[in-house]
Amino acid sequence: MFQVRIHGRGGQGVVTAAEMLSVAAFLEGKHAQAFPSFGSERTGAPVVAFCRIDEREIRLREPIQTPDAVIVQDPTLFRALDVTEGLKPDGYLIVNTARSFADIHIEARAARLPPGHAFAVPATEFALKYVNRPAPNTALLGAFAAEVGIVSLDSVLEAIRRAFPGKVGEANVEAARAAHALIGARAAAQLSGAHVDA
Amino acid sequence: MLEQIEGSKAMARAIALCRPQVVCAYPITPQTHIVEGVGDLVRAGELKDCEFINVESEFAALSVAIGASAAGARAYTATASQGLLFMAEAVYNAAGLGLPIVMTLGNRAIGAPINIWNDHSDAMALRESGWIQLFAETNQEAADLHILAFRLAEELSCPTMVCVDGFILTHAVERIDIPDQASVDAYLPPYEPVQSLDPADPISIGAMVGPEAFTEVRYLQHFKHQKALDLIERLSADFAARFGRVAGGLLRSYRAEDADLVVVAMGSINGTIKDVIDEMREDGLAIGLVTLTTFRPFPARALNAALERARDVLVIDRALDVGMGGPLASHVAIALRDLPRPPRLHSAIAGLGGRPTPKTSLHRLFRQATTQPWEGPHFLDLNEAVIAREIHRRSKARRAGPTAEAILKQMEIERVARLERSAS
Repeated sequence: MFQVRIHGRGGQGVVTAAEMLSVAAFLEGKHAQAFPSFGSERTGAPVVAFCRIDEREIRLREPIQTPDAVIVQDPTLFRALDVTEGLKPDGYLIVNTARSFADIHIEARAARLPPGHAFAVPATEFALKYVNRPAPNTALLGAFAAEVGIVSLDSVLEAIRRAFPGKVGEANVEAARAAHALIGARAAAQLSGAHVDA
Repeated sequence: MLEQIEGSKAMARAIALCRPQVVCAYPITPQTHIVEGVGDLVRAGELKDCEFINVESEFAALSVAIGASAAGARAYTATASQGLLFMAEAVYNAAGLGLPIVMTLGNRAIGAPINIWNDHSDAMALRESGWIQLFAETNQEAADLHILAFRLAEELSCPTMVCVDGFILTHAVERIDIPDQASVDAYLPPYEPVQSLDPADPISIGAMVGPEAFTEVRYLQHFKHQKALDLIERLSADFAARFGRVAGGLLRSYRAEDADLVVVAMGSINGTIKDVIDEMREDGLAIGLVTLTTFRPFPARALNAALERARDVLVIDRALDVGMGGPLASHVAIALRDLPRPPRLHSAIAGLGGRPTPKTSLHRLFRQATTQPWEGPHFLDLNEAVIAREIHRRSKARRAGPTAEAILKQMEIERVARLERSAS
């Protein structure tokens, strides 16, 4: 079973991100369970959503305590709560930020993960560029598909189209593609020793 | 067809497939997505010949459903928590009048303190109202039970409540098989009322009954519930034969045949319990599970048969009868006393007001039940330091103020201290 925890703030599409990830897994014939941290959601308040993916039926209903991947949609949350709590030693950390890990003071946390398992994605910038709205969720899913690979980019794009039919969906698809391409280029550059920026 | 869909939306689709003629809607978390979903299907024309009535309160919701059902319409409504309490008088009336209304209960705690999260307090508060109460283990079952509930309610002329864990099921997006209309039509015939108000053939429903016949009317309600025990098994078997999957029944056993310790529970917690049982079985512990689907009528005989070989029985309640203990545990205790050699009974209260029931806690609980059995109800993951401090604080001053606020303040101070410690 692969478990993902998504942190963000109300209004950033955190719950929708978990749902889209579960749909992407479903499209690949997997079992998936997406659920929000249940609360009185309001814009700006910290929100958590979860997604489990497995080859067999998922019976477990507890909140995800030891995630295989953590997606952080708002880097200011690092100051408010322990968003990486329980993250497995070989887990993945995906952070929405245009700055470096050093700039946002999480370099030490990221360094505890295996190389290539922690990465920064300027997802809000991608969202503003393609969707004209600061909702970083779809770009982060594109990056997730590139780096973690539990679901393919094609499945993520189809899940996005199902969640947002029409033009909004296509704009989000572009944001996800751009983030996916950036991560792919960074991985290639890492092999060659070059540096890639957004 | 298999879909990756929110539990509430899947339930709305299943309810629409049952072709309700009147749906009374009043929103309350965590049930709201269900009636919203039905409303969308009515507006889109997918659910035809259905009157979708927005009412002004829960009391009105069930009162309108009673009127509709008495007029011969297939009627549906949904509520949760305080909403169920607000309609309580009508809940009893629907049962007393024998009107086969189906209602979803998105199980949620009852205040005070106000709490929107999941437990079974609402269902337990009205367990004696005369409604049949079915508890869903999964979202697939939550959808399926509605189809079964309409058929059961109408065959018996008895209202039926489908209890679904709020948020945990209602808000989870999962793979759910939505049946097709033809299959549901074949399983659920059009509603044929045993009584209906018709100006062309006037009758009255709801007579005042004095001491001369009240007992008889009540006895017949009880008799109906006794008949329901067999009917639920039969309709569930028919459901399984037609749809190819299990839904409902009185109870289901999981790895309990040779188990020394059998856990008894209702609702979505059963999934997590099954995972824990598999892990403990690997460690060589003889542990199993009985999932109770039908709480009213209470299937005492079936439960006895399922538990008679166990040495220990651990009942997990998602509600508390204050001053008494776990309501399900009380019921199981009454059922077990008919056995010649009843197993030892252990009661645990878990997951109140949305508190998670993680595997780690359940592992500990199940081991403790046999190695260090406790007296009375055990409160899973009770924060004893908080309790002790609050009892001590209250002992010092008469005007100690409200408990809930004091505890929240105490916990916030601790949280900030923890955060500061981890930052330094």
